[in-house]
Parts: sequence; C-alpha cells; structure tokens
Amino acid sequence: MTEQSPIALRELISFKVAAQEYCVDIMSVREIRGWTPATPLPSAASFVRGVINLRGAVLPVVDMAARLGMAASEPTERHVIVVVWIEGQLVGLLVDAVCDILAVAPEGLQPTPDLASSEVQSFVEALLNVDGRMIGLIDLSSLLPPQQTQAA
Amino acid sequence: MAGIRVVFFEECDEHLGELENGLIAIQEGDRDPETINIIFRAVHSIKGGASIFGLEALVGFAHTFENLLTKVRSGEKALDEAVIKTCLKAADVLADLVREANGGAAVEDGKADPLVSTLTALSSGSSAGAEEAEEEDPELAALQFQPVSVSFAELDVAAPKTLAIRFKPGLAMYAKANDAILILQELSRYGEVKAAVNTDALPLLDGLDPREGYLTWHISLLTTQHPSLVREVFEFVENDCELEISEAETIAPIAAPPPPVIEAPPTAPPVSFAPAPAPAPVGPVEAAPVPNQPQTQGSIRVDLDRVDRMIDLVSELVINQSILVQRLAGERFNGQAEVSAALEDLDKLTREIQDSVMAIRAQPVKAVFQRMSRLVREVEAVTRKPVRLVTEGDATEVDRTVIERLSDPLTHMIRNAIDHGIEPPEKRAAAGKPAMGTVKIAAAHRGGRIIIEVSDDGAGINRERVREKAVERGVIGAEDRLTDEETDNLIFAAGFSTADQVSDISGRGVGMDVVRSGVQALGGRITVTSVQGQGSTFTLSLPLTLAVMDGMLVQVGDQGMVVPLTALVESFQVAPGDVTRLGVETTFLHLRGANVPLLDLGAMLGYPRGEDEDGRHVALLVEDDSGQRAALLVNDILGQQQVVIKSLEANYREVPGVAAATILGDGRVALILDVNAILSRRRRVCAEPKAA
Repeated sequence: MTEQSPIALRELISFKVAAQEYCVDIMSVREIRGWTPATPLPSAASFVRGVINLRGAVLPVVDMAARLGMAASEPTERHVIVVVWIEGQLVGLLVDAVCDILAVAPEGLQPTPDLASSEVQSFVEALLNVDGRMIGLIDLSSLLPPQQTQAA
Repeated sequence: MAGIRVVFFEECDEHLGELENGLIAIQEGDRDPETINIIFRAVHSIKGGASIFGLEALVGFAHTFENLLTKVRSGEKALDEAVIKTCLKAADVLADLVREANGGAAVEDGKADPLVSTLTALSSGSSAGAEEAEEEDPELAALQFQPVSVSFAELDVAAPKTLAIRFKPGLAMYAKANDAILILQELSRYGEVKAAVNTDALPLLDGLDPREGYLTWHISLLTTQHPSLVREVFEFVENDCELEISEAETIAPIAAPPPPVIEAPPTAPPVSFAPAPAPAPVGPVEAAPVPNQPQTQGSIRVDLDRVDRMIDLVSELVINQSILVQRLAGERFNGQAEVSAALEDLDKLTREIQDSVMAIRAQPVKAVFQRMSRLVREVEAVTRKPVRLVTEGDATEVDRTVIERLSDPLTHMIRNAIDHGIEPPEKRAAAGKPAMGTVKIAAAHRGGRIIIEVSDDGAGINRERVREKAVERGVIGAEDRLTDEETDNLIFAAGFSTADQVSDISGRGVGMDVVRSGVQALGGRITVTSVQGQGSTFTLSLPLTLAVMDGMLVQVGDQGMVVPLTALVESFQVAPGDVTRLGVETTFLHLRGANVPLLDLGAMLGYPRGEDEDGRHVALLVEDDSGQRAALLVNDILGQQQVVIKSLEANYREVPGVAAATILGDGRVALILDVNAILSRRRRVCAEPKAA
C-alpha cells in the first residue's frame, strides 16, 4: 500500500464512532493507543473527556461521539485513542475502533452537503464513498473550537 | 571559529557584568585596588578577544577606555565623580558595541565619539579641563581640549626611551591558551617594536616536546610609557613565562632616532609593527604548542539544551521511581525490610539528583539586577530626576527560566517607579526629602518562593486619581467602595495610566497590565502597597523553578488533586457542629473563634460527590497570595508529594481554577489547584449580590 499509490492519492485512517465511520489524514496521526481513564477537567466542553498521561506529556482527549452530537461514549478497554497533531498540539481522539487505511483520489472526496447540521458541517470537511460505506473526513483544524469562552 | 565566537560573546557578557559591578561598587565608594583591577581586566579581556576576531571598532573603544583605567590604576588619575560617570557611560557604550559586533543593532554614530574624546581627555592626565570635556556642548569641549594637548606634549618630550624585553613563554602559558604573537601585537600599541627570536634552545625533532616553549624573544620597544605599564601587557602570562624588562637606551639596536611622539596615548592602531619573525623559521614545530589542557578550569560551558534534556529525564525518573514505590507497596514485597530500605535510598538519591540538576540551572538574580542599573541611568537621563538604585539579596538563586523572564516585568516596574513614583527634585525638596530618589530592588527566598520587591521613596499612589481614572474608564462603578489596597491594585487593570502626561518612558499605561500578565505566566503574583508621600512597594512572588513543586495530594470526588504546599496552612477534621450555613450557597467554618468561608471543592470543580456524603469531613485551610483564607472541603488527604509540573497549555489550554497538571505514581494525570483563582472566583461570586 505504500508503493502502489500514485502521487495524487491521499491516505486516510478511518475509524468507527457509534456505528458511523469517519477518517482523518494519515499524516496527522502520531500514534494509536488503548483507552486509559482520563482525568476530567473542570469547566471543559462536554466533549473534552479529560486529560491522560502520554509518556510524560499531558494529552487532552476528545470524545468523538460527543463531539459529533451523539451520546458520550462509555469507554471500555476496547476503545481506542487516536493521537493526532493539530496545529502544534497533540490531541487524543476517543473512538470505538480503528477500521482501515484508505487511499483516495481527490475526485473521491465529495463536499459535505448543505443539509448537514451546521455544527457537523463545520468540521466534517468532505464525504467519501468506499465500498458502499459513507465516510466523513474530519477537518482537524476546526475540531477544537478556538479558545472557548469560560463557563462562568 | 563560529563556536569560539559564541564563547567569546558569552565571555563578553560575563566581563561586562563584572565591569558594571565593579563600577557600581566604586560609585558607592569602594576604593579597593582589586576592584579597579577587576574592571581593568574585564575591559582588557574584551579588547583581547575582540582583536582576535578583528572587531576594530570594539578594540579601538576598549583600548581608549583601558587607557583611562590604566591611569586610574596607577594612581595617576584620581577616581573623582567625572571619571566614574565617564566610566559608567563607557561601559554602556562598550556593551552596545559588543552587541553590535554580535549582530545586534548598530550603535548610533554620535554616541561613542564624544565619549572617546572625553576618555582621551581624562586619561591625558589634565583633570582640570577634562572633567568638563564631558559636557555635550561642542564649543566648550573644543575649548577644554587646548590645555590637554599642551600638557601632554610636555609629558612626552621627557619620555621616549627604549625598553629591552626578554620574553620566554613556558609550557604553562601555552597551556592556558595564550599566544605570544598576541602579546607582541599588544606591545606594539605602546610604541615601536623590534623583535628577534632566539631559537638556540630548540632541540632536534626527536627530543622535542611539542607542548614546551623553546623560543625566546628579544624585543626592543621604543615607548613613552613607564616600564610598569609595559609590564602589564604580560599581566596574564607573567607567572608562566620568563620575563625581563629593563631600560636599555644604549644597547637597543635601533637604527632610526626615536621619532617624536605627539599623539596622545595610543588610541590608534600601531604606528609600525615589525612582524615577529618567530613563526617562519621554526616551520612545522610552530604548530605544535597547541593549548589543550584546561586543567585549571573551574567551570565548563554546557549547551542549555543538554541541561534541559537532563532535567526532563530526571523528571521522568522521579515519576517512575514513585510508580515503582507504589507498585511494590501493593505487592508481596510490602513489609520486607531490605526492599523498603533500598526504596528509601532510591528515593533519597532521585531527590538528590533532581536537586543537583536543578542547581545547575539556578543562577543568582544578580544577572537581572545588574541590567537594571543601566536602565536606571538611562531613565534618569531622560526624566532628569536624580535616582540611585539599591539592590539587596542579589545572590538569591532562582531557576534560569525564571531569571530570563524576570527582566521584562522588572524593567517595566523600575521605569514606572522612576517616571511615576519619584517626584521631580523641586517637589522632593518641598516635601523635605533628599533630592536624589531611591529605587530599591530586593530579592529573598520565602516559603519555597522567591520574593522580589521593587520599592521607591516617591509620592506613592495617588488613590484619588486612580479612583477617578478607574471610574472614568469604567473599570469600577462610581458607587463602588474599595479598600485602599483594592484601589492601589487597580493600576494593574488594562489600559490604565495615571501620569498626568503620558511619557515616552512608561508608555501609555500598558505597563503594569503587561507586568501582571508576565508575572502570572510565570506562576507568580504581584501586589502593590503604597503609603502616600512615602512611596510604593511592588511585591512579586515567584516559584523558584517552573518544573517541580511540593504539593499535598488530596482526593476530591473520585479524583486525585494536588494543592500546592505553599498555599496550604493546615488540614483538619471538620466536626458537623463547626459548620454554619447562611442561605443555600454560603457555608462558614468556625475555626478557633474565627469564621472562614468553607468551599466544597468537588462542587466547585464539577467532580461528582462521593457516595458517602457524611464521611467527608476533611478540610484544608488555604491562603492565597493576598492573605485571604478559606477552607476547602475534600474527601480525603492522601499525602504530601513532590510533583513535576506539566503544562496543560502545551496540548490544551488554560483551565480556570487549575494551575497545571502532574502525573501521579500510578501514571494518571492529576490537576494542580490554583488556589488564588479558586478564592478570587469565590470572592467574585460573593461580591455580586452586594454590588447589585
């Protein structure tokens, strides 16, 4: 899968979140690790699960299910944290499972239809159709809202 | 070469520091000859290094400066106020030139030149005129120059003579990285040099020790200088070589009659320099005496990255060590004497390693304080308020990162103190104060933190004006009642300036706001106290290091949490009868006759309460930096622990109420409580209903 891809193909890692499938660019993924209990942060957004210890660094974990507007995950040992690099910061994404590595040509990416709720649309950059499955490409740069206002 | 250059500039910084220190000591009345020697050596070393790198401007200026210092050292020139002032200015220009040579901003043309003439005039010995040559008025300066050159001509006519110098470098001199050629070049600044090398002692190649010095130079120097001054050229090597200097007018094999020297002390590059014929005939041997034994060196230079890397590793080691202890405690090893003894040793060792590593980074605050004296001089010149700077406790050590980031807040505070605090001399006189204002910076260790106080003996904060301004700018409401302390601290609010005229020095009131955020970013606090007519004191409280702290590990809800030990007063059991409820929200705790607010930490942070609500009877009495106290209700106290501070901002963002995070023995992340934020949030909540 390394050699066969012509220049234009984009490699993505896909994962499952509450029976739906999403993917991120493989270049931004640093590592994939098992779930460890996170320390919750006071006055954090509901989808910020807390922080975990990543070999001495403090890593915030985003619950992807909650971020996508679904019920928060009930993490088990089989859940997975995808560690991604977002604009100079390391962030963990809590997902149900990692599925696949995909190589897609730019034509395979379709813009998110306008009908999608504005929140989902803001960070699902495109949709792709693989073997009849619909997969949303996450735009990592807008996953975490900019320095949010503190809850008073 | 680039590496050596870096070292050179690092050394320059040290020399400049010594120079500044020495001059300030002298300004305060120190007349120890050793102090003058230190100053002289600092300038001399900078000059020497600069000449290696061909930094002409620097060499030239340093040389002029050095000439004056030479006179001072030999006692020919008295250390009066004019000389000290000029030296201080010269030190500033020298620092600027070093910075320029190191790729910094160019020194303005006009800055160095008048000083060079002042220096030259002063060192020419005619103190009567020279003192005033310092005045900026060019006409006056020109006038004063007349007598100077005359007096010098007289001096010179008497002087020129030939000195015979025999100079035989030994092994030790080369080992200390001194080079004979540099000394010969240096000599040429004092007059005309004729040098011949004697290679008689040179053994055959098989008997040659490549590190030994076999060459002897016979130098005849035509100079107007006293032999003792010439001897100073050899100052650094005198003990490591054979040296004879004698007046030998007749023996000197100089063909030409001594040319009359009209020039004032040699400020310009050498008139003539006969290159020492040493290197050529010796050929391959010459390359041999390579200095490679820094055996007498007391310190080494280490790349900061390496130290930081080591600190990171030690931090990891500390975490790992405590993980090990916890794991073993839970296992079958529990209670085995050998194991626990070994663990205790390990604990001691890791702590010691950690302390030693931190000590590498610790530096006295002197480094920053020194820079401030220059600042004071500059602001003094602009504001025309005479001010003296007093420093105290400058040997207090603190982590390098803290030092580096201390400079900006201190600069702001001192500017403010002089610009806004100290009154103009007339007003001071009217108030019965000495005309010269005093700004004091003092550092001390207190309770695991470093406390830095910047105080002035100025007018103090004008509370009425502060209040007016604050109302005008909408910082507070017109009806709000504030204590004096609260009013004083309004000056830290954004966009605040109380000086009647906005000045160039302390800017447009961004100052104190910037100071506060800078200090807070360091994990510090800043407060101000002020007495009308007597001055203000700004107090900075900063952590000693940004990497490790002592904390009390407590359980809040189902989470471990760390309360900084510095904020903790005591911990105690709470009996139900001690608690008074006022309404729904507010609870007070009776503690030895006093009432302190009781805060439910779990509820404030949004951590779920434990199932056993009645069981939570432990409270921590904490105090914030302003002395406010409160009791925090927690589920349990787990023990005291040294924790490594991990930034939350690195991968996330600032979290209100949380100072930072740390990693516990079991590998989980625990949050470190920001007591100040928690208490001030509480106070805000309390204040709201009152204001409404």
